[in-house]
Formats: sequence, structure tokens, C-alpha cells
Amino acid sequence: MVEVKIGLEIHCQLTGLQSKLFCSCQCDYRGKAPNTNICPICSGLPGTLPLLNQRAVDFASMISLALGCKVPDKVMFYRKNYFYPDLPKNFQITQYNAYGITSIGVEGRVDYGIKSTKIRRVQLEEDPGRLIYDTSFYTLIDYNRAGVSLVEIVTEPDFAEPKDVRMFLNKITSIIEHLGVGDTKLDGSVRCDVNVSLEGGKRVEIKNVGSFRDVEKALGYEITRQKTMSVRDIEIKSETRHWDEARKVTKQSRAKEEEEDYRYFPEPDIPTIVLGNEFLSSLKAKMPELPDERKIRFLREYELSDHVAQVLIDNKELADFFESTVKIYSSSPNEIANWIVSDLLGFIDDSKREEGSLFSGLRIEAKHMAELVKMIDQNIINRNIAKMILGQITKTGEMPSYVLDKMNASLIDSKAIISEAIESIFNSEKSAVRDAKQNPNAANFLLGKVMQLTGGRADPKIALNLIKTKLAVLE
Amino acid sequence: MPNHLYRLTADQVASGIKNRDFSAQEYISQILERIEKIDLKINAFVAVDKQGAAEKARSIDKRIHDGEHTGGLAGVALGIKDNICTKGLKTTCASKMLEGYVPPYDATVIKKLKENDAIIVGKLNLDEFAMGSTTEYSKYGPTRNPWNINYVAGGSSGGSAASVAALECAMSLGSDTGGSVRCPASFCSVVGLKPTYGCVSRSGLISYSNSLEQIGPVGKTVSDVVMLMNAIAGTDENDQTTRTTAIETIPNTMSLDRIPKYRLHQNNRNIRVGLVKELVEGADPAVSKCIYSAVDLFSRSDCKCEDTSMKSIEYALASYYTIAMAEASSNLARYDNIRYGFDSNPEEYEWNTYFAKVRNNFGEEVKRRIIIGSYVLSAGYYGKYYLKAQKAREMIKQEVKSLFEKYDVLIAPTMPILPFKFGEKIDDPLKMYQIDIDTVVANLAGIPAISIPVGFSDCLPVGLQIMANEMEEQTLFDVASSFESIVDIHKSPEI
Repeated sequence: MVEVKIGLEIHCQLTGLQSKLFCSCQCDYRGKAPNTNICPICSGLPGTLPLLNQRAVDFASMISLALGCKVPDKVMFYRKNYFYPDLPKNFQITQYNAYGITSIGVEGRVDYGIKSTKIRRVQLEEDPGRLIYDTSFYTLIDYNRAGVSLVEIVTEPDFAEPKDVRMFLNKITSIIEHLGVGDTKLDGSVRCDVNVSLEGGKRVEIKNVGSFRDVEKALGYEITRQKTMSVRDIEIKSETRHWDEARKVTKQSRAKEEEEDYRYFPEPDIPTIVLGNEFLSSLKAKMPELPDERKIRFLREYELSDHVAQVLIDNKELADFFESTVKIYSSSPNEIANWIVSDLLGFIDDSKREEGSLFSGLRIEAKHMAELVKMIDQNIINRNIAKMILGQITKTGEMPSYVLDKMNASLIDSKAIISEAIESIFNSEKSAVRDAKQNPNAANFLLGKVMQLTGGRADPKIALNLIKTKLAVLE
Repeated sequence: MPNHLYRLTADQVASGIKNRDFSAQEYISQILERIEKIDLKINAFVAVDKQGAAEKARSIDKRIHDGEHTGGLAGVALGIKDNICTKGLKTTCASKMLEGYVPPYDATVIKKLKENDAIIVGKLNLDEFAMGSTTEYSKYGPTRNPWNINYVAGGSSGGSAASVAALECAMSLGSDTGGSVRCPASFCSVVGLKPTYGCVSRSGLISYSNSLEQIGPVGKTVSDVVMLMNAIAGTDENDQTTRTTAIETIPNTMSLDRIPKYRLHQNNRNIRVGLVKELVEGADPAVSKCIYSAVDLFSRSDCKCEDTSMKSIEYALASYYTIAMAEASSNLARYDNIRYGFDSNPEEYEWNTYFAKVRNNFGEEVKRRIIIGSYVLSAGYYGKYYLKAQKAREMIKQEVKSLFEKYDVLIAPTMPILPFKFGEKIDDPLKMYQIDIDTVVANLAGIPAISIPVGFSDCLPVGLQIMANEMEEQTLFDVASSFESIVDIHKSPEI
């Protein structure tokens, strides 16, 4: 086995904030006409000073705590100087630890499954503007994004496999979502730089992977590429590559990328920020429930299986949907969880998990799920019918009872026809019939068979009654 | 109506207008006339806002006539250094790079002046981006010393001091990064203050070196400077480095809008004065002679005056220029004429080539500081230069702090030499930097320092510098005011 070392640099926008990191422009720049979400501060006009958004410090501290980091008593900002047209000031205000620890979090650890990854640092910084390579003649600049709060999370190179990276990123996403500090599904709100080395060899960095989903693919490609090269005795160079989203390959960046000298120095316009124990304990008190805590609660409170709880927790929307349903109908949390994890999830388009809401395009709400499970519990419907109804609800957003009534109207309600079907099932499923005689719940199995036979069109209430009657008269 | 309204001090103007001895319009028309007549010789103004000033005067007169409330500086003519942003009025830093730049917002100090009904008559000359000690590095040409127009006015706020000395405005605002208010105040024989760091908002002051600079008032008298400070000082939500106490960090709840109020009274009773030996002895004998005789007069009153030593002074210049240039190299990076500034066409240029092309329009001194500043911050040299400079700064701060346990104020010359002729030092940057030796300490330590006129030597002005502990502006004013009345040399140049 070839030893692989993977490290990540994650950039996550704090979209949960109202305003940018250093001015009062809106944090939500998406969908706005270019250069309309700007002010003298974020467009770097002469004489303007950065005005630190205290909530951004709170949010970044919360992330640091959630990632098990130490939060220093005093944090500072640094300037990273380089010329690039997407930077209105030609420097970026960020944090830096080379001359003493001043970033908002250091030395953390994140557990996922049975593995864990160390967090080197968490830092708060401003997002640059956006360059739009619009035509072959011009590069356009849109500063609407300039100054939006970004949290950079840097891991140690602790990952050995791309699938671990995937699990880790799921966990990070869930933490961000649970803290309510960012919406990871917004386009461009999370970006990732990945570095990979084989057998302690040279480090290759892949820049700007635009979504977490592509990280695993980029890694897969890059590891294969490096392995192939080493098999052929081609030297792997320390280089920066870019992820080509369309072709799903990594490409060499423009060859001449010198080691840039950023001339870091402390930002004189922002005084040192004192955090300390009092701040941290008041922050901890305010912090929402984290995924790990929530899972433990799910296991304890609802007695879910570890697997089911984990699937729910991995996606905050799913976990929230579960709890909203339980709030409406509290008798069968386990049943609800199972329906969400094994059935509802099947209706969710995989691609939707990263673009827009998990439920986008699906019209189902908690009240639907609650009624559905309740109807099952009351034996009004069986699982097969429930599945049919569920499919219908996701499309129409109608209440299950309404769907059922509608189905009944077009259903076979002739006792004669249904009895015929029952007759044939009783003949083919002798052992099931015997079971059902002893255990009335097993009658549902027979009902299922009848439904199958009638293409789901038999009126389940009538069918069940007929089955029960028939069972009762059996010797 | 008196003929020479432009000669009045600011408080005379304010009370004259309030008491309806004369109108704001009468006063302003004399001021504008005066500027018209003599500024060709002095070159203090880079732009005069005749229309805006006349309109403001008219509205003030109307409000006074109608018995409405007017601000504390109602009608007083003020000039503003051209590195302080004025909404709708060109603000150029005397640089080609900001040619035609009109800020869309007012600096906090300008907002405050407007709230106080001061009349902004125009923008004042400076060394490009406030980098210089003579105002020779201006794209508008040098400002001339009103006492002798063949001599430099000092810098970088040369226009701010010369305009007040030449009676072209009652008061002015300058900025002081390493002596830029005090040096020209001394050379032009007016009063100039560098406030405690954080005492006056820097929002709207175009940054040269953020950790050192402060906006400072210039006036004919200490009383006028106090009046102007009362208008501009105070914490500001647009500048998180403003404060009213000696704490250097942002507490979680920062109470804003705290405005100190300074009073004018003379007090030298039991004041402990330390005369900084190194600086007095290091000065040109013509200067130190003036300083000694002023101190001699002063110490006949009830104060304790003694020689003291500031050993860390030998690191002051190196520390100052290293830090200032480092910060400048970063602050000035934004000038690439893509978002504002003169029209420069980036078409068909690769970015780096474009940046190089357009940034070649900085003047020589600014380029020199950007290059040196970039060098001291670069990887491998940071520890050798920038970090060392910060350590020296810390040493200086500590020594200054301990001196203020023994003394209420420290006294030194403002400038080690008399004003000199144009071109005398411009070819030797190091010589030019060395004349800042007396002033940079206050910026490095963040303490307030004031320059007041104490005499003349060969018809050239000499200024005395008083420094106090941080946030001790009141002590500074008390002592400065006592000196002023004892020395009593108020006169104006013949132009």
C-alpha cells in the first residue's frame, strides 16, 4: 500500500452574518447587479478604516470551539500584501501565526466515525472580489463579494484516503450548519484547497475546488496521477494545480509560480481583540447544539439506532425535519426516523445535497410525514400504500389522508374482485396465513401481497377487513 | 466694519460673528480676498472653495439673524490639509496618483467641523502623501515660508501652517506622522498640536502610516488650538483605534461618542518640567539659545525645571522611518487607478505590467519609501528591520512612560535647526530625515506634543515643543498657555 497524505485548507463564508467583515454592506451579495453592494470601506477608498464586525469574531470563535481548538486570549489581524485586481486595497486583512499565535483558533481535533483529524488553525479573513473572465478582451471585476467574512480552516495532513476526507467534510458542513454561521449550500460559500503527497514525497497543491463534492473526485484523480507517475519513475514536482470542474481532472497552473512574499505585518487599524475566559464561557452558553451532542441526544431521547442517528445528523436539514415531525406526532420516533432515512432519502436527488436545499423540489413537510406515520400506526394504511402515498406527497404537497381518499376513489372497491385476489394469495402463501392466524400484525404481509397482485389498486381497508374475516373463519 | 478681520484669532472671529460685530459674509469675503492677494506668493492652498465658503457664510448669517442656534466655530475660516477627505471637494494628497479624485464621504473631523458651522475655505498643500519635512515634494510646487518666501515652510503640513501664519485662514487642520504638524508650525511661528494617538478620529485621513499619525489642529494661539481640539476630538465609531483612556484594545462593549472637553487656563504651579538634554544640546545653537531663554523665563514662576535625559532617543529615527515606510508601502498599494484616480488605460496590459506602469506616477520620495518599506517587510528581513524597529519603539515608549513618572511635561526644541532655503536638503534624503529627530518620539510613544512660537533668530522663527503623557492634553494646554503668555511673541509676517 502506498502511503498517501492529504491536508485541507477550507474556506467557508460566514453567510449567517448580516454585514461584511469590516463594513455595513450586506453579506448577501448573491444575485445583485455588479458593484452595487459596495461602500467606501470595502472598495478600499482612500482614508477608510476597517471596522471589525464583532459578530464575525463570535462566529469564528464558535467554529474554533466546535473544532476543538484553543482560542487565544488575544487575537490580532495581519495584512497579507500582494497585487491582484480582485483586492480593492491590494492587501488582504487576515490572520497570521508566524510571529506568535494571533489567529482565532489553533490545535483542534475533529472526530468522525472512528477516525480523527487535527486542525492546525482557524482564521478569520476577508473575501476578495470576483474576477469575471467575460470576453476574450476584458476581465471584469465585481467587488460585491469583497469584504465578506471568511473562515479558513487548515488541517494537518492527517488524511490517508479520499473517503475519510469526504466524511470529514460532511462533519464540517454539519457543524457549520448546526452553528447557524453559514449556509454551505450557497454557490461558492465553501471552497477547498487540497494538498496531496505520496510516500512522503513532494507536496502537490490543488487550488480552488469549488465544492466539497468535487474534493473527493479531485483527490481520486490526483492520487491516481501521482501513482502512475511514480510507477513510471517520473519525478513528482512540488507544484500548484487547478481542478478543472468540467473535465474532472487536475491541471498544472501556469508554470511560473514563484514563491510569493506576502510581507505580512500586523494591521495597525484594528486594535488587539481581547477574548479571554469570560468571553468564551458566555459564548459557550450561547452556542447551539453541535452535531455530536445532538446525536447523543437522538440515541438517548428517541432510542434511534446509531446508523440512523448518524445519517440524520450528517445533514442538519434531515435532522431538523425529523425533529419537526416528532414534534407533531411523538408516538413513533423510530418509525419516523426509519421512514426518513430509508424511504424519503430515496426521493432526494443526490445532486440536490449540495446545490440548494435538500428538500428543494420536494413538497413534503413535517406535517405530512407525521400524518403518514400516524396512519401506519393506526393500521389505516400498510407500508406499501404508505410508500405510494409518500411518493405522491413529495410531488403535490397534499396531506396523506387526502391522497388516500383520492386513491380510494379510483380504487377497486368491489368485494368480489378483492375476495378473488385474497383467495389466490391465501393459496400461494400458506405459511404466512398460518402466522397471521396467530399474530394479527402479520395480516399486513398478506395485505401487501394482495396489493401487489392488484397493482396497488385494491382498497386497502376493504382488503384488510376481508383478510381478517377470512382468517377468523379459518380452521 | 473693521478692515482687517482676517487678522483675528479664531475665538475673536467666532465671538465677533455671534455678537453681530460683523457678519460671516463680511469676514469670509476678506479672507477670500486675502487668499487671492497673497497665496500666489505663499502657495499654501491647492484649491479654494469660494462658492462653498460664501454659501456657508450666507446661511450662518441668516441663522444668526433668525435667532437660530449656530455651532461653536460658526463662521470661522478653516483650511484643510489635502490628505483629509472632503465630500465633493477634490482631495489629492498633492499626488499625480489622486489627480481629480473627489471623495464621496467626509472625514469624521470634517463632519464635526461642519456640525460646528466652521467654514472650510479650501484645501492645503503638503508633501505628496504627507511624506516630507519641507512641502517641496508636492505636485503643486512648494509652499513658501511667510516669514521669508525663499525659505521652506516645513512639512509635510506646510500649507496648514503657512496659511495660518499668512492670515489666509483662522485655523487649519494638518496631520502629524513624525512631526508634520509641529515642524511647519515651528518654521512658520504658529501653534500646532499632535494629539495623543487615538484622541482624534483618523477616518477620512488618507493613510501614510496608520500606527503613528494623527490629525492635528494649527492656530495662531493655544486658545484657538484648544477650541479646535474641542471640536474634533473624541471617540468615533468609524475608527476603532480612537479612545479616551490609555487602553489599547477593543473592549467588547465600546462606549462611543465620548468627547473630552479641554479648558483654557494657565497653570504652571508645581509643574515638573524635564528639559530633554539630548535634543536641546543636539540643536543648532541659534535654536537652543531661544529654547534656553524661554525656559529661563518660564522657570522664574512656580515650577520645577531640570535637565533630563532620554537615552532611547538614538533609536528613534531608525525606528520611526522603518515603521512608517513599512506601513506606507502597504497603505499606498491600493493606488492603481483602476477604481479611482486619473484615467489610466489598463487595456492590453498584463496585470503586473499595468501596476508597474501606473504606479510609476508616484513622486520620487514616495517611491523611495514604498521600496524601502517593502524591503523591510520582506521575508528574511522582517526580523532584522521591522521587528527590531517595533522593539525599539517599545523601548522608547517605556522610557517615555518612566520619564512621565518624574515630570508632567518634557520640553525640547520642535526642530533642531532654523528654516532653511529651498533645495538645501532635497538631494540628500538622509539629511532630510535627520531633521525629524525632535518630533518622532511623540509619534512613536503615542503621546501628545505641541509646538509653540518662542522667538526668532535672524528673523526666522523658533518653536518650542512640549510633550505630555498620553491623554494628558489638558496638562499640555495649561503649560503651553503659560509659556505663551510669558514669552508673548505674537506677531504676523509682512508679505
